[in-house]
Amino acid sequence: MTLLLDAFTVAAVLAGLLFFVAGTAGLLRFPDTASRLHALTKADHLGLGLIVLGLAAQAESAGGVLRLFAVWALVLLSSAASGPILARLARRGGAGG
Amino acid sequence: MTAGHLADLLIAAAILALALGVVLARQVFTAVALFVAFGLLMGFAWVRLEALDVALTEAAIGAGLSGLLLLGAARRLARTGAPVDEKPPRRAQVVAIGIACATVTAALGAAILALPDPAPSLAPMVVASLPALDLGNPVTGVLMGFRALDTLLEAAVLALAVIGIWALTPNRAWGGAPGWTQPRATEGPLALLARLLPPFGIVVAAHVLWVGADAPGGKFQAAAILAAMWLLPWMAGLAAPPPTGAAWLRAAVAVGPLAFILAGFGGLLLEGAFLAYAPGAAKATILAVEVVLTGSIAVALALLVLGPAVAR
Repeated sequence: MTLLLDAFTVAAVLAGLLFFVAGTAGLLRFPDTASRLHALTKADHLGLGLIVLGLAAQAESAGGVLRLFAVWALVLLSSAASGPILARLARRGGAGG
Repeated sequence: MTAGHLADLLIAAAILALALGVVLARQVFTAVALFVAFGLLMGFAWVRLEALDVALTEAAIGAGLSGLLLLGAARRLARTGAPVDEKPPRRAQVVAIGIACATVTAALGAAILALPDPAPSLAPMVVASLPALDLGNPVTGVLMGFRALDTLLEAAVLALAVIGIWALTPNRAWGGAPGWTQPRATEGPLALLARLLPPFGIVVAAHVLWVGADAPGGKFQAAAILAAMWLLPWMAGLAAPPPTGAAWLRAAVAVGPLAFILAGFGGLLLEGAFLAYAPGAAKATILAVEVVLTGSIAVALALLVLGPAVAR
């Protein structure tokens, strides 16, 4: 059972890291602010979600699982808010490049 | 070399790279942005050193609050058009600065390498004396018990910082509300966040304060979260900051350090030493002081970010 859980954790965290790498590549390579934000907010959320999922399998208590998912939810909420704010600022300031 | 060592090396290298970036950045905003990232990575480093209390404080105060204050300063500089010296310094100047910096670095390195092994530590004494305070977290034991005077002065310094910032108020704005009025965000992400997050944030702050007795956490971290929860509705234009002339606001800033000082004199009367705690009452006294201090620190931190009163 532990082996199965460990394998699940490794697979999920690796998949999560893949999304982080993709998001970082997007942040570095995409041409303008909007698409960079897109790369960050989409890829990082999936990445963090997968990592949280993987780590939740290792949590010692139900409280730990809840806290992990709370972290994910809070990050989702805060960058769902900051993403559009940054996009709006970039459009107003014309700092697209 | 284990994976842990590899992670440590990566974190240390990233911290150095960011520190270099902060120093070399030509623009204030870039430097501040890199400084915030630097603070977050420092938090990681503290986690790796298993100093979770320091990590929390570094993330909340070092990266979050200081970053916010520096961003505000950068914005002010940009608006007032403060002169930026674009001329590169002369060669002799560069060499002198380089020699001075290298000397400091070498001295610090020598000091660290000259430390005896094992390093002198008061940790065993703290752990041995901790049961007297009824606390489970040795960091809180040190901050509120064995070195309480340091913490008292830290809390008092915050009140002085608020006074210092208020001293910048122009005469005609004295006693008015601090901070620029924000456009009211009735819809959109910021308004949603400002309505949704504070209840959760306040619960998290209370939790961080409460577990501080036995686990990583405490008043400064809780106060930083509370201050953020106050600043969020202000940023969304949903709440106006109170006028700096309000008596309750000034009392809120002062009451925490005052309560700490009163507890100190209580120790002087009952136990014969300033900030000594009566046996059996130590934990209750510490918790009571921490709760009041948290409120004061939160208000002070928020007022630091809000800045002096502005004329409207």
